[in-house]
Amino acid sequence: MGDQKVIKNLKTFSTSAERFEGSHVLCPGCAHSIIVREVLNATNDNLVVSAATGCLEVCTAIYPHTSWDCSWIHIGFENASTAIAGAEAMNKALRNKGRISADTPQPKFVAFGGDGATYDIGFQWISGCFERGHDMMYVCLDNEVYANTGGQRSSSTPIGASTTTAPAGSTSYGEKQVKKDMLQIMAAHGSPYVAQVAPNKWKDMVKKIQTGFATKGPVFINAMSACTTEWKFQPHQTIEASDLAVDSLVFPLYEIVNGTELNITYRPKNIVPVRDYLAFQPRFKHLFKPENEHIIEEWQKRVNEKWEYLQRREEARV
Amino acid sequence: MNRKEMELNSVEVWDGNTCNAQAFRQASVDVVAAYPITPSTNTVENYATFHANGYVDGEFIMVESEHAAMSACVGAAAAGGRVATATSSQGCALMVEVLYQCAGMRLPAVLCLVNRALAAPLNVNGDHSDMYLTRDAGWIQLDSFNAQEAYDLTLMSFKIGEHKDVRLPVISNQDGFLTSHTAQTVRPLPDKVAYDFIGDYVQVNAMLDFSKPVTHGVQTEHDWHFEHKAKQHAALQGALPIVEEIFKEFKKLTGREYNLVETHKMDDAEVAIVCLGTTYETATIAADELREQGIKAGVIAPRLFRPFPLVQLAQKLQNVKALACMDRSAPGGTVGALYNEVAGALFNTPARPVLRNLIYGLGGRDITVNELKEIFTDLQNDAKNGKLTGKIQRLHGVRGPELSFYEL
Repeated sequence: MGDQKVIKNLKTFSTSAERFEGSHVLCPGCAHSIIVREVLNATNDNLVVSAATGCLEVCTAIYPHTSWDCSWIHIGFENASTAIAGAEAMNKALRNKGRISADTPQPKFVAFGGDGATYDIGFQWISGCFERGHDMMYVCLDNEVYANTGGQRSSSTPIGASTTTAPAGSTSYGEKQVKKDMLQIMAAHGSPYVAQVAPNKWKDMVKKIQTGFATKGPVFINAMSACTTEWKFQPHQTIEASDLAVDSLVFPLYEIVNGTELNITYRPKNIVPVRDYLAFQPRFKHLFKPENEHIIEEWQKRVNEKWEYLQRREEARV
Repeated sequence: MNRKEMELNSVEVWDGNTCNAQAFRQASVDVVAAYPITPSTNTVENYATFHANGYVDGEFIMVESEHAAMSACVGAAAAGGRVATATSSQGCALMVEVLYQCAGMRLPAVLCLVNRALAAPLNVNGDHSDMYLTRDAGWIQLDSFNAQEAYDLTLMSFKIGEHKDVRLPVISNQDGFLTSHTAQTVRPLPDKVAYDFIGDYVQVNAMLDFSKPVTHGVQTEHDWHFEHKAKQHAALQGALPIVEEIFKEFKKLTGREYNLVETHKMDDAEVAIVCLGTTYETATIAADELREQGIKAGVIAPRLFRPFPLVQLAQKLQNVKALACMDRSAPGGTVGALYNEVAGALFNTPARPVLRNLIYGLGGRDITVNELKEIFTDLQNDAKNGKLTGKIQRLHGVRGPELSFYEL
């Protein structure tokens, strides 16, 4: 492993590696590009990257162009994790056989997938990779919706969001299910390190990515990726939307080490009501009708309970 | 290499699955990612035993599904090394998506496909449903008729797929149970001879070569997709002479001859059977017995199902008067897949034989020498009349009233 990269400030950090070039066609304001740059910039090590079918993939590798100045592969929607596991196994095999010399620095293996590729269709493949203990990092770009196909619900879509396949209507408040708790599920796989990150808290994020890269075994990172197109905010409001998510504790920033040690890594000085987070995004606007207000109340209650739970777990070290 | 040498006798008694595993071992495969399924399970079981005892030094990953097995193989192949796996039937069906991706990326993986019926109804026995399912996936497909051939062709699969002008994945087919579970005498090559024949793996656009970053699996639209697919098709077509060259090289090494189209007594044959898999050997026995009665019977089989040796097959059928095309897969509302290929090969030739289609042996049902002799007898009527004496297609050996379809 290379030396841990020293991060001085955001300006130098944002240009400290050019492995993800600006020539992509992601939407203006898309958090994916910010997160991906932060992940790739966090290390100087050689990288082998896979991407699941989705916004990131279709916007960064359109023949004959590529935005990736590192080894990169896309296979399918569900198997980005297993593709990178295969590459990781090949690295091991070639070193064992002496075809890659022992003094060649170890590369890092990273898979990116959206929430559809992670929470839904690719879940089995990720579970298999984590059970087998491949030395890899899986980063979920969690924008809580199938954005690439035009805004369908996923099992990461939060309750009350209006999507094209769970639309709000005269008799429906939109998505009926509560968002799946992917981080706890991945921690329960026995992963040595799992963490939630958000691009607005970039130092916290880079620290966690570096911890992940320094960890042997399968690492899961759930990155909140605000989606200007589907959450329906203005392109310049990405960081503001992300701030509201973490300051309302809708998306708490924490990590779990070895499935037991839980650390809350960001405690908002002023906790923002969930209502403010929801009001910022037109995908939730119907929740402010009198008949749907109870969803907002239930949501606030659940966020409070989860925050309470995380703090207790942090304290109890279990 | 850290692996232990394995002592082999000049003649071994191996089943087809052992042949696959031994070929993987001798090819010194770098990554095998697999998931068990009858009747191909023993391939990876044998390989696991080699791994557990230090006879192989690659990575062996037992993944959670066949789809993941091929996904890991694709990732590993793109990383820059030799990969292989085995499957059958439903496992193959689950893999199909990734088979297309592997071929589209021009990654030379090897898949030992132990042919078995597809559900429903669930059936673990051999037919060619899974071979046909992978027909258009862009893989080269070789077909063996016995255990020796399964060993030879799996070995050759690595050399064919990795050839610098081919760079395509290869499926090595064999009949489920009939070949995979039947112990036969097999003459293996010594380890070093086998490995030297295949040669070292030569990396092309390897992800682990960091001096030259590479993007695999891009997206295309109408602007480029057609050109990519055209080049892939051309690469498959272009593989035929290379396969032939490798067959010749193998003959020089072993004395064992392989051809793009295998023939038995076809030089003067008037009636012939064209088939795949183990049926070839049974049909040769039937033909030999009929020859003793003065009937000019022959057997012909494409050694490759993909790329299909269309021209080579047609050339060998110009003197045949009547031909039965045997398809071991449920036809699904049309003539059999092999019939389609053969008909396509013959349509533009000057002297094409009368052609009939027999659907047979589904779900592992036996076909006997006597049955094949009866088929030859039917062909004699066709040959005598110079036209079809019944309908184009018959479901041969099915219980109940005879089922025949398609009349012109």
